[in-house]
Amino acid sequence: MSDKSISTAPAVQTGNWYEPDAKLKRRYASDRRLRFYGVTAIVFALGMLAALVGTIAVTALPAITQTMVTLDVELPADKIDPADPRSAGYLKLFSDAVARLFPEVDTPKETRELRQLFTSSAQYQLRDMVVADPSLIGKTVAFTFPLSDIGDQLHKGAIDRNLPSDQRRVSDIQIGWYDRLVEQDRITAPFNWGMIFNADSRFPEQAGLWGALVGSFYALLICFLVSFPVGISAAVYLEEFAPKNRWTDIIEVNINNLAAVPSIVFGLLGLAVFLNFFGMPRSAPIVGGLVLSLMTLPTIIIATRAALKAVPPSIREAAIGVGASKMQTVGHHVLPLAMPGILTGTIIGLAQALGETAPLLLIGMNAFITAAPESMFNPSTALPTQIYIWADSPERGFTSRTSAAIIVLLGFLVCMNAIAIYMRKRFERKW
Amino acid sequence: MSATTLLAIVLALSLIGYLWGRANAGALKRAGQGMHSIPAYHGYFVALSCGVPAFLLVLIWLAAQNTIIDSIVLAGLPSYVTDGVESSRMSLIASEIKGIAGGRIFGTPDQALIDAAERYNALRGIASLGMAVCALALAIGGMIYARSRLSPEFRARNRVDNIIRWGLIVCSILAILTTLGIILSLVIESLAFFARVPVFSFLFGLEWSPQTPMRADQVAAAGAFGAVPVFWGTIFISAIAMFVALPVGLFSAIYLVEYANHRVRSVVKPLLEILAGIPTIVYGFFAILTVAPMIREFGISMGLSVASNSALAAGSVMGIMLIPFISSFADDAISAVPQSMRDGSYALGATKAETIRQVLLPAALPGIVGGVLLAVSRAIGETMIVVMAAGLTATLTANPLEGVTTVTVQIVTLLIGDTEFDSPKTLAAFGLGLVLFISTLALNIVALQVVKRYRERYE
Amino acid sequence: MDKTAETTGVLSGAAATRTDGHEIKVAASNVSVFYGEKQALFDVTIDIPGRQVMAFIGPSGCGKSTFLRCINRMNDTIDICSVTGTIEIDGANIYDPKIDPVLLRARVGMVFQKPNPFPKSIYDNICYGPRIHGKARAGSEMDEIVEVSLKRAGLWNEVKDRLKEPGTGLSGGQQQRLCIARAIAVNPEVILMDEPCSALDPIATARIEELIDELRERYTIVIVTHSMQQAARVSQRAAFFHLGRLVEEGETDLIFTNPSDQRTQDYITGRFG
Repeated sequence: MSDKSISTAPAVQTGNWYEPDAKLKRRYASDRRLRFYGVTAIVFALGMLAALVGTIAVTALPAITQTMVTLDVELPADKIDPADPRSAGYLKLFSDAVARLFPEVDTPKETRELRQLFTSSAQYQLRDMVVADPSLIGKTVAFTFPLSDIGDQLHKGAIDRNLPSDQRRVSDIQIGWYDRLVEQDRITAPFNWGMIFNADSRFPEQAGLWGALVGSFYALLICFLVSFPVGISAAVYLEEFAPKNRWTDIIEVNINNLAAVPSIVFGLLGLAVFLNFFGMPRSAPIVGGLVLSLMTLPTIIIATRAALKAVPPSIREAAIGVGASKMQTVGHHVLPLAMPGILTGTIIGLAQALGETAPLLLIGMNAFITAAPESMFNPSTALPTQIYIWADSPERGFTSRTSAAIIVLLGFLVCMNAIAIYMRKRFERKW
Repeated sequence: MSATTLLAIVLALSLIGYLWGRANAGALKRAGQGMHSIPAYHGYFVALSCGVPAFLLVLIWLAAQNTIIDSIVLAGLPSYVTDGVESSRMSLIASEIKGIAGGRIFGTPDQALIDAAERYNALRGIASLGMAVCALALAIGGMIYARSRLSPEFRARNRVDNIIRWGLIVCSILAILTTLGIILSLVIESLAFFARVPVFSFLFGLEWSPQTPMRADQVAAAGAFGAVPVFWGTIFISAIAMFVALPVGLFSAIYLVEYANHRVRSVVKPLLEILAGIPTIVYGFFAILTVAPMIREFGISMGLSVASNSALAAGSVMGIMLIPFISSFADDAISAVPQSMRDGSYALGATKAETIRQVLLPAALPGIVGGVLLAVSRAIGETMIVVMAAGLTATLTANPLEGVTTVTVQIVTLLIGDTEFDSPKTLAAFGLGLVLFISTLALNIVALQVVKRYRERYE
Repeated sequence: MDKTAETTGVLSGAAATRTDGHEIKVAASNVSVFYGEKQALFDVTIDIPGRQVMAFIGPSGCGKSTFLRCINRMNDTIDICSVTGTIEIDGANIYDPKIDPVLLRARVGMVFQKPNPFPKSIYDNICYGPRIHGKARAGSEMDEIVEVSLKRAGLWNEVKDRLKEPGTGLSGGQQQRLCIARAIAVNPEVILMDEPCSALDPIATARIEELIDELRERYTIVIVTHSMQQAARVSQRAAFFHLGRLVEEGETDLIFTNPSDQRTQDYITGRFG
């Protein structure tokens, strides 16, 4: 259009205005390009999500089962004192059983190689079995225990037999012994309960999450016990009682900023204040829980304030109108109505706390601890720090266990978020 | 008596106090007296007077006890153990004593330490007994005092309301205390660090090698704590992360708000939110398990040398983590642009892309910028991905295929394991922490302001 | 134009001419609008003559705005909305699949109830349309379009010294005239106005009404209004909508003095509305 058409009356426009011309085609091409970028971006993001979950799930698969071997162990009554079954020489009993099965193995080197196929703590498991059931003394029992990491990998096909023997972690002779055990039907691969109910160990075939689960449970319990009441109280004060002045403004800005402070800074706080200043025990779930609760507090305060805001003023007016005090109004009417929203926010906050790793590293919850903590004051790991420890371990078996531990962690997170979503849907109220 | 049992007893006493106060007030009421408050409030008043002081006493006692006992025990050590010992050694001695006291004896400890351990156990016994006696006395005293106040005229409800109100105020001050605690602990330890390493050489020094063993007489050799390479690594990895997250997040938000129909949106949005809910340690493991080897193999097939902990691997995984962050902020910002802007643009014959590019994005820019700033602050403070996937050595390089280290990685490596609070190594972590805190705080404040202003504009 | 009609099949015939000398610009027949399951407009058939002001009146929710938004296919932007029937502009059915809504809207401009200037400078607000349609390059050509449009909208003298300032900084009435200028800048033939004065004070309203009267020399104007007085003041023809139906249509004077339908009569005399 020339500027002339502007200055004269537009009349009927010339040209086939209903026919897209080249200019319009270009404009639509640019529109399609933008749409294409959008689709590409979403496909990329979702593809990465799928890749992340997919690779971790696939890597975790081998950890579903644990390869076990069954040996016939003689438990002669003269070698074990029924009054004190704990102190007997189980290593000897176990070695005898192995030697009966493989009589040809006699050199120390071969014996060592043979033992490498089995988990190193077999004699202790034998002891625990006898201690748990002293009636076994004097019998020959079928003793089932895990293969070592290399045995486990061999069974799961993770070790390539066709490689030259100097390039794999298992020698030819070990493969021969393993095959013999298979022929004799002594190898089984049941579900890996040890993964959940064992505590940590240097050996992947014995390492489990129990200590970490208990530690995380204690830490989350502390986190909930501290951040839930304190968070609600702070939010109620700020939303319902606080006068609007500079102080409350500062508190408000402060809370919003606290929510965005990097988690590792909270770890530094825990280290300097709880461990160094108050002298609390290192690696203990109580300290972890306190640090996590300080992190979760802003989340809960913000969620609670939003839930309180959503309760219409008419409810407050109605309560005050029948002579309730401000405190009664809040306690009897506003807070119960806001509770679903508060709980949803709390669960989401706790889910975040469950996955938080960095602050726990700084207060030492990445210690190597081979038993579940007896109380929240004992050293312990937590689920995410256990993942960190395993991810750092070089043994092959730990890779799949790390992935399996991640699946467990994600499982907990999915459950918590599902509860939160269900509650939001179930109790959602439209005013 | 353990603290948990003690608290349970105090709780039980409070319950008794409640019932007692209510029963008494009920009796007064039945006696025909006009009461100011209903009996239950008298009960609450007695319960709070009984429980709150005792509970606070236990908390304060527990907080103070360890430090006090430690100093008493250490002060009581014979001089041949303590003479000429640095304070870092002292804390080791203290933990050894505690170990012995707890029955974990390694080797043959000095008799003085065994004595100290006995003294330690004795003191702990006295302390916990003292705590129990004081707390119970306070609880019962409070209960009796409160009971004596009960009368028909007594304004129990107002008193209870006031106590609760103060409780609420204390809780909201806790948020401020947390911030104060962060600032104080970072500043105090950093000051101790800067007393050994000048601020200037920390902030502008080009060499960072805190792990090199130093002789005792040569604490913090010049140049060992120059943090510039660490800062650079942080900025570099964050930049790579934003390079991934910004376009992906922005374009997916544009698509979801302006192009996608309701069904696609209701499926894709929650899926993206899942990406935001995955703990960062999982991203870290994904980086070392999948992304880093992939980048390495690809690079090698191109004839490039790629470090196994390349900045590219850590940065791009961090970018994936930030996608939902950016996209949800951009989504909010674009959705907040009033429909009338779209109508105005479409009515002039604009296509969707023209409307988005020339009207919606400029209008939503402040909100998007705020979200991006928050995402940058996240990237800078992100720890687990870089701890697992980035390097440990501080190199000044702009090659994304080499490994760089970050502030958070250094904090974790410096503090992992046993920490002594007066080695420059430990204190350096707090120096880095202070820098991290200040920079993320500045970003957050600016970002929150921008977002807030933007919201006000369209509300 | 006839030749194109044969080749494309978009045109149904030559534009009809009315007896009063005004060409029929917009001809709607049997237009129904559905929002999902719900029908909002029932079989509206109406001819809108060119270079006149046509007012749509009726109680709120009667479908007048819905019908207005059909004329430039603004309803396309609402997912669940569907339109049946035909609307012809200069004999071309705008709901024909061959018609591009983008080009249509360049010919049929629209002004909304609430002034909605873009958060850009006054100058950029005006040149947005011409620029996206590639009607002018930046520079003196664009300057002229901006000046002419602002002059036609009666805003030039008020803003000529602050063209670089944001359009959102103007007063409500000025903003609305800016939106009118923005629509004019694309050089449309029809301008749709959806209650353009409802958010304005009486003085600004009077100013806009004057402007509408001036604009009818060049443009076909369709205005939706709540105010009877406004319809009487600015329009030559009026159409009364009720419950999604067109009740009657005719010269404004006639509709107001001698309506043929009882409902129109009741509405005009204020029995409901």
